[in-house]
This record gives sequence, C-alpha cells and structure tokens, in this order.
Amino acid sequence: MITVYVPGDSAARSVGADTVAAHLVAGAAARGHDVRLVRNGSRGMLWLEPFVEVDVNGTRFGYGPVSSDDVDSLLDAGILEGAHHPLAHGNVDQIEWLARQQRVTFARVGVIDPLSLADYEAHGGLAGLRHALTMADDDVVAEVLASGLRGRGGAGFPAGIKWRTVLEAQSDQKYVCCNADEGDSGTFADRMLMEGDPFTLLEGMTIAGLAVGATQGYVYLRSEYPDAITRLNEAIDIARAKGWLGNDVLGSGRVFDIEVREGAGSYVCGEETAMLESLEGRRGMVRPKPPVPALQGLFGKPTVINNVLTLASVPMVLADGAAAYQALGTGRSRGTQVFQLAGNIARGGIVETAFGVSLSELVNDFGAGTRSGRSVRAVQVGGPLGAYLRADSLDVAMDYEALADVGAMLGHGGIVVFDDTVDMAQQARFAMEFCAVESCGKCTPCRIGSRRGVEVIDRVIAGVDREANLMLLDDLCTLMTDGSLCAMGGLTPLPVRSALRQWPEDFGGNS
Amino acid sequence: MTLLHEPDFGTPERDSDVTVELTVDGAAVSVPAGTSVMRAAAEAGLSVPRLCATDSLDPFGSCRLCLVEIDGRKGTPASCTTPVETGMVVHTQTPRLANLRRGVMELYISDHPLDCLTCPANGDCELQDMAGVVGLREVRYGFDGENHLDAPKDETNPYFTFDESKCIACSRCVRACEEVQGTFALTIAGRGFDSKVSPGGTSFFDSECVSCGACVQACPTATLQEKSVIDLGMPTRTVLTTCAYCGVGCSFKAELRGDELVRMVPFKDGGANEGHSCVKGRFAWGYATHRDRVTEPMVRESIHDEWRVVEWDEAFEFAASRIKSIQAEYGTDAVGGITSSRCTNEEVFVVQKLVRAAFGNNNVDTCARVCHSPTGYGLKQTFGTSAGTQDFKSVEKTDVILLIGANPTDAHPVFASRMKRRLRAGAQLIVLDPRRIDLVRSPHVEAAFHLPLQPGSNVAVVNALAHTIVAEGLVDREFVAQRCEPAAYAVWEKFILRPENSPEAVASIAGVEADDIRSAARLFATAGNGAIYYGLGVTEHSQGSTMVMGMANLAMATGNIGRDGVGVNPLRGQNNVQGSCDMGSFPHELPGYRHVSDDVVRQQFEEVWGRTLQSEPGLRIPNMLEGALSGQFRALYVQGEDIAQSDPNSTHVKAALSAMDLVIVQDLFLNETSSFAHVFLPGTSFLEKDGTFTNAERRINRVRPVMSSRTGLSEWQVTAALANALGYPMHYDSASEIMDEIAGLTPTFAGVSFAKLDEVGSVQWPCNEGQPDGTPIMHVDQFVRGLGNFVETPYVATDERTTRRYPLILTTGRILSQYNVGAQTRRTENIRWVDEDVLEMHEADAEPRGIADGSWVFLTSRVGETTLRCVITDRVPPGVVYTTFHFPVTGANVITTEYSDWATNCPEYKVTAVEIRTASQNHVARGGQLAAVDQDGVSIDDLLDGETLAIKEEFAHERADVKLARMLDQIVKNSVGLTPEDQVERVARHLRGFWTPAMVDELAQAVSTGAVTLSPPAAAAVAELTAGAPSAAS
Repeated sequence: MITVYVPGDSAARSVGADTVAAHLVAGAAARGHDVRLVRNGSRGMLWLEPFVEVDVNGTRFGYGPVSSDDVDSLLDAGILEGAHHPLAHGNVDQIEWLARQQRVTFARVGVIDPLSLADYEAHGGLAGLRHALTMADDDVVAEVLASGLRGRGGAGFPAGIKWRTVLEAQSDQKYVCCNADEGDSGTFADRMLMEGDPFTLLEGMTIAGLAVGATQGYVYLRSEYPDAITRLNEAIDIARAKGWLGNDVLGSGRVFDIEVREGAGSYVCGEETAMLESLEGRRGMVRPKPPVPALQGLFGKPTVINNVLTLASVPMVLADGAAAYQALGTGRSRGTQVFQLAGNIARGGIVETAFGVSLSELVNDFGAGTRSGRSVRAVQVGGPLGAYLRADSLDVAMDYEALADVGAMLGHGGIVVFDDTVDMAQQARFAMEFCAVESCGKCTPCRIGSRRGVEVIDRVIAGVDREANLMLLDDLCTLMTDGSLCAMGGLTPLPVRSALRQWPEDFGGNS
Repeated sequence: MTLLHEPDFGTPERDSDVTVELTVDGAAVSVPAGTSVMRAAAEAGLSVPRLCATDSLDPFGSCRLCLVEIDGRKGTPASCTTPVETGMVVHTQTPRLANLRRGVMELYISDHPLDCLTCPANGDCELQDMAGVVGLREVRYGFDGENHLDAPKDETNPYFTFDESKCIACSRCVRACEEVQGTFALTIAGRGFDSKVSPGGTSFFDSECVSCGACVQACPTATLQEKSVIDLGMPTRTVLTTCAYCGVGCSFKAELRGDELVRMVPFKDGGANEGHSCVKGRFAWGYATHRDRVTEPMVRESIHDEWRVVEWDEAFEFAASRIKSIQAEYGTDAVGGITSSRCTNEEVFVVQKLVRAAFGNNNVDTCARVCHSPTGYGLKQTFGTSAGTQDFKSVEKTDVILLIGANPTDAHPVFASRMKRRLRAGAQLIVLDPRRIDLVRSPHVEAAFHLPLQPGSNVAVVNALAHTIVAEGLVDREFVAQRCEPAAYAVWEKFILRPENSPEAVASIAGVEADDIRSAARLFATAGNGAIYYGLGVTEHSQGSTMVMGMANLAMATGNIGRDGVGVNPLRGQNNVQGSCDMGSFPHELPGYRHVSDDVVRQQFEEVWGRTLQSEPGLRIPNMLEGALSGQFRALYVQGEDIAQSDPNSTHVKAALSAMDLVIVQDLFLNETSSFAHVFLPGTSFLEKDGTFTNAERRINRVRPVMSSRTGLSEWQVTAALANALGYPMHYDSASEIMDEIAGLTPTFAGVSFAKLDEVGSVQWPCNEGQPDGTPIMHVDQFVRGLGNFVETPYVATDERTTRRYPLILTTGRILSQYNVGAQTRRTENIRWVDEDVLEMHEADAEPRGIADGSWVFLTSRVGETTLRCVITDRVPPGVVYTTFHFPVTGANVITTEYSDWATNCPEYKVTAVEIRTASQNHVARGGQLAAVDQDGVSIDDLLDGETLAIKEEFAHERADVKLARMLDQIVKNSVGLTPEDQVERVARHLRGFWTPAMVDELAQAVSTGAVTLSPPAAAAVAELTAGAPSAAS
C-alpha cells in the first residue's frame, strides 16, 4: 500500500487538485497499484500546486505543479517508487524553500491528514492540551504570557495579558472567540491552517477556554471560505466524538465546546468589536472601547478574542514550554510569524519563520522577485490598510517595532508585491475606495471621509486645484487618523500617505 | 410662557457609590464612577459639541464631534464613550480639536441639503447648531460629490415623515427604537457611504414600527419630523400636562404656537415615562378638536325626540327638576351617578359629592367597577390598601417578572418598554395568559415560561404556584414570620397544601403542564426580586378578587413586598382609575377608601359638606341597572363612560337605560349611552382640563389646560351647577380649591396641593406629614393594615361553562392603536392601523367549521350575537377565541354575560362560552343588534337550534331575586374551607360592607316566599342581617 498525498486545500483545488487526485487513483489502480490517497493541506508552495507527494518508505517525494495531463507520465515514470520526472522536486523535507523556514504553527500543515486525529497526535498534537490540563489555570496563562506570544491579527497585543484580564474577570459565563474573518488582501494563512490542520486551532482554543474559565468558543469564519467551514466543522465533530470537546475535556471533567459561526462578507467584521456584534446576530458595526471585550465582550461577558494564528501557536507554547517559543524571534516580537507572499510574485505562498527576517529576503529570496519578471516597485505589508514600501527600502526587519519605525505595520503578515507598472496614485485611490466600500458606516470620518477621499484623489490625479486638493487630502487623512472610531478609517491614510510621500510623481508632482 | 428646552447631558446618568474627581478645562468636577467625560463636562457647565449623543441613549461614538484631549493619553478620544477616571485632566477646546470638529462638520455638510431657511427643523436642528458651534465657514469638498440629496421621502406614517436626504446616519432613531422603545423596527441598511436608516426594508407604515415617536424625538435634524410641525411651523410655548389615555400617566410637553397645539412631546422629567411615549399619547390627540365634538348642552323630553340645543342654565334646570320630582315620587334612592376614570380627581370628587350630598344617597359607582374593583377589594383584604405597591421604576431592580392577564405592549406601551429594557438586561419572565401576547417572544425578549391557561383557571394556577413554593420549602420564612399574621398564615398553609391545589391536580383544569407550573414557581421563588404585574385578565373574572388575593399571598409567601423590584402591581386600564377609586367613587366608600359606616369619618365629611350622609352602601352599577328594570331606580348621571358599549350584556344595559326616566350623559361625543339620554352635558378633553390624574403607581400628576374649554365651562363647574340647581350649594373658584378640600378630608392626600405639585412635578400617595415627599413603594416596614393577611383562595369554577352548543371560550382584550370604546382613537389617524374588531381563532377550531382566514363569522353566546371578521392564528390555543371591544359597530359586549366577581361584581368579560359560524356578507349584522337577520329574514337563532334560544331567553330574563341568590351563593362558594360559623360571619360581613339593605331585604323576602333557595350559610347570614325575618335554613 502506497500513500499518495494530493492537497485538499482550496488553493490546490482551485488549480485542479481534485481531478489530479482522481486521475492518480484511477491510473494507479489501472496499473495494478494499491494506493491510499490522502488529501493533505498545502505545503504552502503555491506555485507548485497541485503538489503531489508519494511516501516511499517514510520519505516523501514531491512532484509539481501537476496537471491531470501529467498523471499518466508520472505513473509511467514510476513516481510511486519515488522515481525521477521533470516535475520532481525530490525529498520534500529537503526542498530549500521549506527547509529554510521555522515551521511551528504550520508544522503539521501539508504533512498530516487534516482530519486524522491519530495523525495529529502522532505529530505532537494534543501534547499542549494534555500538559495544560495538568497545570493550574493561572500557570497556563503565565506560560502564555512568558512566551511573549502577541496577537497575530495585526495589533500585536500580548495574548497573555488579554487572557489574564479574562481570567481575573468575575462572571457566570465567559467566551473564547476566534477571529477567522481573514479579510486582508494577500492573506491566506488562517484559511490554510484551518483547512490543513484544524485540530491545532481547536486545541489552542480549548487551552484558552480552560485557562480563562470559558466554556464556549466560537470561530467567526468568513463565508468566503466554504472549505474551511466544512473542514473545521468536521474536525469539531471528531473532537467531540473523541471526547476532547464537550462536557468532559479529555476526561478532566471540565467543559469546553466550540461552534463555527459564518460571517456574511463584511471586511470590518474582522475588527473584534464588529465581529462580536455580528456574532450576537446584529449588523457588524464597531463598538467603542472601553469597555474592552476582555471584560465585556460577547453578550456582555468577558471574552478572549484571538486570531487563528495566535490560538494555533498556543499548543506549541504549552507543549514545548514558553522558553522554547521565547527563544525564537527578536526584541519584543517573539516566536514565529507566518508570512504570506502574494501579488505579483514568482513564488507565492506561506513562509513561516522567526521574527526578524528581512522583507527583502522574503520578497527576493523566498519570493524570487516578481512573477512578471519586471523589477519590484512597491510592496504593501499588512493588508489594504498597510503602508507601501519602496523596492529600495526592503531591508527592514520583519518585526512589529522595526516596521513601525519606518511608518509601516506588520498586520496579519500579508505581503503584496507590485512591479514597475503599478500606478501608485491609483493604489492610493484604491485604499480610499476600499474603505468607502467596506466601512461599517458608523463613524463620520470613515463613512463620508473615505468617499470624499476618492473624489479628492481623483481631482488631484486630474490636476484640478492640485495644491488645494492635496492640502484637503492631508487634512482628511489627519481627520480619519485622529477621528475614526476604529482602525478601518484610522489606518486608511497609511497606504494613501505612504504612496503620496514616496511616489509623488504618480500624483502629478515632482519625483 | 416660552418653549421649554430640557437640558441634555449627552449620556445617561450613572449610578455608583464611588465618586470620581477630575478636571475639565480647568474646572474641578465630581461625578459618579462610570460617568462619561462628556457628561462630566456638562455637569461642569461645559458643552462638548455632539450629534450622535443624547442622554436618553447609551453612548455610541459615531459622530466624532465630541473628541477631546486628555493629558497623558495619546490621540483624541470621544468624550461620550470615554469614562471618567480619577485625576483625569480633560481639554475640550484646543486648536487640534477645533480642526477635527470643523473637518467632521465639513464632511456632514458635504452631503446635506442647504435648505435651512425652508426646512421644518429650522431653529430646532442640532446639525445647524453644531455647524455654528464649530465655526464651519466653507465646505472644501464642494457639493458635486456623491450624495443622498435626491433620496425619496417616506410619508406613509400618518404622523411623521422620514426625509432621508436630511439623514446624517447618527443612528439615534435606530438606537431609540431599540433602547427606549424596544421594538427594533429600525436598522441601518447598506454600509459605508450607503449606510442609511431603514424601517426593515419596507415603508414606515408597513414596517414593525409602532409609532411611539421615540425616533422622531431622538432625531437631531428634520429627517424624522412630525407632520404637524411641517404643517404648522415650530411651536413657541410649552404647557406641561399629563396624557389621558392609559393608566401609565405619561407627562407631556404640549407645545403650542399661539393657541394652537402643534405637538405633544414626552417630558424627560415625567416620573412615569421619563421621556418616552406611545402612539396614542404622542400623536392621537386630534380627537380633542374633532368635528364630532358636542360643545353645547342639549335636552329632550324623550329618547325618541330630536336633541334640542339649550343654554347651560336650562339644561341644569331641566335635569334638576326631573331629579327632584323623581326623588319626590320614588324616594331618595331612586337616582344615582357614575364617575369617570377619564376625568380628573377634582371632577370625580365633585360628582361623588353631588351624589352623596345633593342626591342624598350612596348610589355612586365608577367604571372601575368593570375593571379594577377586585384589585381594590383584594389588596385591601391582604395588604390593607387598595393600590399597587410599586413605582414603575421599581421594575429596573426586578429579577423575575410574573405577568398575569396583561398585555403591556398593547395596553401599557410605555411601561412595557421599561419592562422590555429590564428583560433585555437579564430579568426573567413568566407569562400567565391564554393568549400568546407579544412579550412571550419579541426582539431580544423571551419568556422563560408561558402558561397558556384556560380562561377562568387563574385561581387554580396561582394556588398551584403557591402550593409548589410551600411544598418545596421555598417560602421566605423570615418575611412571613416578621411581617404577616401567623394564624392566617398557618390556616393558609394548610389550605394551600391540599391535594386539589397541587400542580398535578390543576394541570387538567388549566390545560397547562404540571411541570411547567412547578418550574415557574421555583423560578419565581428563587430568582431574587420577584414582581407581579397584572391586568384585567386577572380581575374580570367571577373570581377576580380571589385571584388578586392569591397573588398577594404569593408575593407575601416569597417575601416579595416592601422594597424595590418586587410587589403586586395592577396595570390600570384608564388614566385615572386609581384616582377615581381614591376619590370615593365606590358606593361603600368615602374618599380614601373609608367605609361609609365609619361614623367618625362620615362626620368629618358631614361637617364640611353640611349634609347628613347615608351610612349604608349604595348601589353598584349592575344593581342600578337591575333596579331600573324593576322600576325602583329612575335616574342616572353618567360622566365620561359609555356603559352601553363598555359594560357586559349590552342588551340588558340598553334595556335598563331605556327604562329610566332620566339619563344625563356628560361626554365629549354623542355615544351609545347618549342614545338613551335626556340631557347631554358637553364635556372637556384633557387638553382643556385643570386638575390631577393619579396613575397606576399612585402618582398624582398635574393636568394643565392647553386650550380653553370648548364648552365654556370646566366639567367640575357643570357638576357644581347641577348641585346648585338641586338646591345643594357647591362653589369652588378653581380646581385647586377642590384638591384642597380633598387633602383636608383624606389623610393619604393631606400633603397634596396644586402648589406642591407645581413645585415638585408629581407625588405618589400617601403624601402627608409622615411622607411629605410621597411614597414610591408601599408596605416597606409594615403593611398598611399592620401584618400581612393571608387569605384562603379556593378555586371555584365559573358558572359560565362550555357546552355542546357553546363549545368555545371567548376572551377579550385591547390593541395598541385603539383605546377602550374607541371614542378618542377612532377619531384620529390611528384607524389607519386598525379599523375594526376582529375575532382571533385557532386553525383547529376554524377548520372543522369551514371558516377561512379573513371571512365573516357569527359570534354567538347565551346572551347575544354579533358578526365580525375572523383571523386564524396560533396566538390563541384551540378552544379559545379572542376579540376587542373598540368599535361600537361590532358591539362585542352584546356577547358578554352578566356573570361577575363574587366580591365586587366586576363583570366576567374574560370568559364567555360562545359558538362561531360562518356568515355570508348578507348575514352581516353590524352594530350589535339583537338579531342578525339575513336577506331571507332568517335569524342566527334559526340557524342554530331551539335549545340555544331557550337558554338565551332564560338568561335574559333571570329574575332579580334569582340573580341576587346566585351572587350570594358565589360568596359562599368562595369561603369554603372555613368553619360554618366563620362562613356565616364572612358572608354577613360582606353583605354589610357591600350590599344595600334593600338588596338584602329583597333576598330575604324571596327566601321567605320560597321563590329562591339559599345554601345554609347564606341563608343564616341573610337571617342575621334581617333579624326577625324567617330564615330558610331553619
């Protein structure tokens, strides 16, 4: 029996993985081979998808990108024995792109069968939860605090402090909410984790719930991720059936359960308070803070809200200890970050590595420059509200503080690359337009300001009263930054101003 | 007098024991912890610019005008959503803030029509004000950008318009609908720049909007604007007054332009409503100037003659001379009067004074007879006084609400909003009602239990609740030991533990699960503060008084009396039910609930009134009607009540009225009763009255004249003039003089005067030397009667039973847009929502009868029939049908019987056995005529069968003595479980307290001739009262 892996990840499926899998099974059978097909997660080398792996005596050989037309030649070449083929990449563990990474959160993604609890445990799964169950709640929270784990949703708030606030809050009911409304442009790590290793997220949430005294968790998952919704729900059913979710978590007598709630297509619902409104069945509008959700969150109860990657990092922290996690990273950015390379890039995908790697290394080494082959002109880091960086300033270290120093932000770790054909005035306009389309409509600077922002930029581009309109745009950016209720309106000026500052020539000015 | 502007502190007041001190613009301020920076600034006299904030709504933080700078904090936080902290140093005016605020206004105005001069809100627009405050001088964005200026107006609501082009999306309307009203009809649709207020994607009229006006009130621009303001312009002066619809008693600012009423705006300082209103009080006041108003006195010799308009003096002379001659011919007791719960305390007081002093008898009764008389009886027996125990605000501290036979969202909407707010905040709800009222499940509110009990089984269920509490050891022993009569409790405990009071025994009677009763009882007993609220679904039963006492027992057993958040609380139907009862409208009681047999009290009145008063109870309304048919009672003065429509068995009422020699009706409009009147005295609307109303929480509110009397006289002047014409001198210079007389004669009102009310706004009686500021919560340290009295409450099934012929039970109620007999609301735009009474019935009852939704049906009871349209719904359980009595054309009370509460004669409106048959359009008999006749001349009786008719005949002609005997037997049945001696004593005491001697004599006579037979205790009691007369028991 030979095990063949064809990713069931939706990125792989979008380029034909399902057909490839079907042809492989049929072709193998026709050739008299007994094949076991596993739909694993993606390794994150998206330019190689569909990326087929064959397990030959414990070594996995990779082939890709495989189209269904390639299947016969692959089988004929003997890939079931790990044979060579023009699409072969050899031993997967030795592929440099992967080998250079420090995969912690994504350690199992692409490796295991996402819904096999046996596979999960065989690869270190549940060790964190089992360890946590032997500890006092305070100690679990202390461990997370000591690890230096910070929120991966963008704000970078220390997870341990948030947890401690919830732990210390007195309430008859507490919640854990996982923010899986991954809406930033160029980001897909949450999705790939939920599709490729859903148990890790569930384990992290369970540890969080038990540590702070919550009995119910919700995953707020965007409707644009139907595969992730299905996969996560299947994983929850399995975890319940196996007794690690529900009324007696792993026989401890403690209670924790998880439910997936589907979003409805609003970017701003990735903002934590808007997400709470949406979870409560209301229109997704931002709530003012204070009160912070840790004290008055879902249904007014103390609530831990963390991003998928934050919670998925927790099992490792508990399994290997805070020190092991703390050992990775730099400065106040500890552990690893899952970077997502996207846009006009030759080798897009997931790069998980310790904080401190340079943006240049990510774009030029891992990413191998633009897909178009032209030179890089701009890189946007941190989603649609992130700053643009010039090609000559990519030497910046990728950590929270270093990026802040150059007026940028890490956000959710999305990196979008543009080549020299990009019109940065149009990109600035797009930032305002994105805000206008996605604003929840609550606060005035964001609701009306973003619309006016588009109009003012249009006038600047058209050369109408250029100086006056640039001054108005600057005032508007200040108003949106200082006056907006949440980061949506507050950060929209970041890409606009970074474009204006660094590429004035695109706005009709002098370079 | 000018327009009253109430201060707005921006965010709601916070309640905290902790005080926080901070500095705002250099001024030191101390405020309760949790207060917003904005409110703290307001307390310091500093106004921070704002548009989305208002102190009736939780802070929202959307407009971003109220940004401030705080030392040591980065950025510019919104002052509305930032709570104060000790030592905080706040700056509300800095150059940075000025720029930001101008920037925000610039954005607003870039999407707003520049039509201030022709805008209906000109001069009353917060957007306009703020543009001035922030010094907006230009809009650099221009006006060519994307905008909403062409958005269509929604003018579908009869009372206000929604002009979307003027909307600034501040969400105040949406939040008011949620937080204040609790209806959740409004939302913001779309997002970003397209965000706009929407009544749920339809028009305002077709939406779930209940037209409470909270959104209009909250709107800072002309987006939501009263049509009356659009038509008439901004008002210029304010008169504070009190709504005259339900017993909530909302305070309003009547806003006028010159002498024309422009709008009614709920008053934030109003104790009952705190700035909220409902569609009736807010908008449905147009009846006051309706063309149907009769403003001149009229008389006629016979009810078959045309009315003749006369001068006031002639009307008084006409009435007085007839009264005098009737009394000369038939005796002092042949005349009587009915006071109105729609009228002021002062107006009611003079009417009962007229009856007692000028007529010289105690034949005065009030419309409370047919609604809350059992409340008076039941609470007096158990607690010692006839009033609800709490103020409305108390519900904010309640943990579990037991709601019985009341439908607050329709009948007491402003209090319902308070209740819903508390329920949304986590209190639990138990509903006892045959019908699934809205509160059982409405937005963000869901009852923990709804027990859809069979009409008539209230007492069984309340006993089962108490049984569970006692049997499961959930009684508040400490409260009972300290506050209640031990002997009475011991007897009651034994009684309540009887097997027939167990949930299992009651389940089959009430049609509810025993487990549900037990669970509801446990919840009520253990959830913390438990409060009982109830309505006419409790009182209007043959055991109405028993049920009131049953609830009082329950409250005492669980220790839920005498503090915030608990109590037994009647939701009064009409604006001044409480007051009309307080004012001595019952035939057995002088003002302040003191029995006419009390020589000391009577003497005080005799001294002030200069007449000897009768010491025995007079006639109740049903007795008067009975007396009219038997020829002893000949003349009736009815103020502000349409008994021919509102009282049960209208056929019988009309027969009685037509038998009288003189009926005087004092009202706004000709009505059903005035069809049988000889004298019509035009009344005044609440907008013309000067006086006081007392609401369901005993709050005495001022009613001030908004316009001059359309009739030229105040109603109390009319009553006084009639007294004078009768030769009894009655003179007051003003309504306040009447209140002074009330205060002088009534200990619970001793501290009340118009001057005091004008000073403090309102007070809740008792208000006297001991309680100079009034009494929000009663029975705090001890009950008014001393120790609380547990009374046994045996369940006795009503005589009104379903049969093969009348297999369904009809129960009645009220709806939001209409009020009572509809005399007012039918004359407003409220008819746009509902213009007919409909019959609700369950599919399971409709289907076998071949009745389709929306079709016409005959509704027939043992006493009458009518025709109305049917709505098939699962709101009512199978076997129960439901309708309202708002429209005289339906005449629903043609159907209801004369069965009544054993103690008070409150009619059993809520239980009538009926049958329903399909009717074709040809059969439609409107107006409640006796017989519904189709084109072929076939009556409904022909369509049924002979048995039906026979029962009806017998019932309609039930002899007076038989009726008296039946009533007395009811009293006996309700005292089962006592020793025979105690039983006789209780019946005798009841007869002495509530029956006229003539009635007792009549019954004794009938017994002696063998015309009727009484049960032994009843016979013994009658014998005791008529010493010398032969006893049937002997």
